[in-house]
Amino acid sequence: MKVDLNTVKKIAHLARLEFDEAGAERMQRDMTQILDWEEQLNEVDTDGIEPLTTMSSEVNVLREDKVGEHLPHDKGLLNAPQKDSDYFRVPKVLE
Amino acid sequence: MEKFLSFDDIKKSLENRETDCKAIVNYYLNNIKTKAHLNAFVEVYEESALQQAAQVDSKIASGKAGKLAGMVIGIKDVLVYRDHEVNASSKILDGFVSQFTATAIQRLIEEDAIIIGRLNCDEFGMGSSNENSVHGKVLNAADENRVPGGSSGGSAVAVQANLCTVSLGTDTGGSVRQPAAFTGLIGIKPTYSRVSRWGLIAYASSFDTIGVFSRNVKDNALVMEIMAGPDNFDSTASKKPVPHYSELLHFDKRAKIAYLKETLESPALQQEIKANTLAVLEKLKQEGHEVEEVQFPLLKYVLPTYYILTTAEASSNLSRFDGVKYGYRSPNVHNLESMYKKTRSEGFGEEVKRRIMLGTFVLSASYYDAYFTKAQKVRRLIKEYTENLLSKYDYIVLPTTPSTAFKFGEHSNDPVAMYLEDLFTVQASVSGVPSLSLPNGTDSKGLPIGIQIMANSFKEAELYAFGNYLMDLNSN
Repeated sequence: MKVDLNTVKKIAHLARLEFDEAGAERMQRDMTQILDWEEQLNEVDTDGIEPLTTMSSEVNVLREDKVGEHLPHDKGLLNAPQKDSDYFRVPKVLE
Repeated sequence: MEKFLSFDDIKKSLENRETDCKAIVNYYLNNIKTKAHLNAFVEVYEESALQQAAQVDSKIASGKAGKLAGMVIGIKDVLVYRDHEVNASSKILDGFVSQFTATAIQRLIEEDAIIIGRLNCDEFGMGSSNENSVHGKVLNAADENRVPGGSSGGSAVAVQANLCTVSLGTDTGGSVRQPAAFTGLIGIKPTYSRVSRWGLIAYASSFDTIGVFSRNVKDNALVMEIMAGPDNFDSTASKKPVPHYSELLHFDKRAKIAYLKETLESPALQQEIKANTLAVLEKLKQEGHEVEEVQFPLLKYVLPTYYILTTAEASSNLSRFDGVKYGYRSPNVHNLESMYKKTRSEGFGEEVKRRIMLGTFVLSASYYDAYFTKAQKVRRLIKEYTENLLSKYDYIVLPTTPSTAFKFGEHSNDPVAMYLEDLFTVQASVSGVPSLSLPNGTDSKGLPIGIQIMANSFKEAELYAFGNYLMDLNSN
């Protein structure tokens, strides 16, 4: 699958990444090479095969809703790049 | 002189009162300093390790010590340990301090293991050479011009160079087994869901496992039996009972063993590895085991399946790194969207970005069925084929890697060439079955060769017992 530069830009936006021109071209080349290689799977006949969506054989169980240990406020904010006394701070959302 | 090469050695020295935990920790701390240039450790927990040692020494004195008293363990930089920094070898987790401890590590600490530090790896476990790390490359102690393998390269070298008794790595597609093979160690990937993933920084959640590096099978089995089992914090963790693997190492049965035609005929396979693998198969035959060649026509499809699914899962798992609540945030931002984009673009390395892009692509609306669903279907075929083989045979034996340790930079410009490093390890990862890599001699350059054994899901006890037997057989 030949990936074009527009697709690289669109996917980069979805992934919240950005590339300069040289980086986008490198990504275009690598993605094309890797997707071509991945397309070998088209040789495998999978008609009537159900996709495998979970690997654990455990089933979900309901548990009692109990209050457990939780992070206190100050600990929750401990690793924040920017914060005030109560909240995480981010740049303005609306101009 | 090298000391403390096995946990049995350590226990004997402790019982005879020739040493104490403090002296053991100091011995390893000294080795770590002497061999600092290998760059295995990212951070050494000198203070907390010595504190733990003092506590364990007093427990030993009062006869209350746990099963791992005297064992010193290094942990991969993707496993969290309360009040200690963890980076997943990424700039994006710069300065991050964990507020809790991974279940696997907690269980080892409760049995009085001492945690001596965290170990270098590829960023978020993505790589096969440990060259993709914000902490720099790790040198293979067998030849310092060569890679130790990856992604758990630091974990491998730490045991190889005797910087700790055992170490923890994680294995998503071969990240314990491949570096174990490159450094002459024993490395296990357990059955998917055998060990809780709570506190393991996720790469691909339907593949990720926590594994162990050791010099002998018994130490590996002991650590695994303590980590394994159900956990309230990971609902996927299996509730199946955990046998005492380390007490079940005796092996005296006649085994049915399969080897895969396509692995030994692979053009990528180094001749010396093929020869050593065939030699083991021949020995097993001579010992009276049933050894048969079987076909695995899906071999060429396991890596593409693995890469479609793991990049998809990675793109989703790594969306949490946005610069809002923890880790790195770019200083060059003017609004929320630019904060996300600049933070992620500056914080992630090249390989991680490549995988996020590919994962986002295969999950995008127009390509979801053609790539992602297709790979999930092929995964079912590979899993069923492998399980079917393992219902007819007790073990599948195959090389761990196509080649021995390669030189730095050898695969740097070709991502697919690097991905092919995992050709023989991903089958177990795609299928979820356990797999053990054992040392199997060296090549003409003196570089370690690995041999891999797979067994059916939750057959770790049988795998360790056979592995132990094979190690004895190979040393005769």
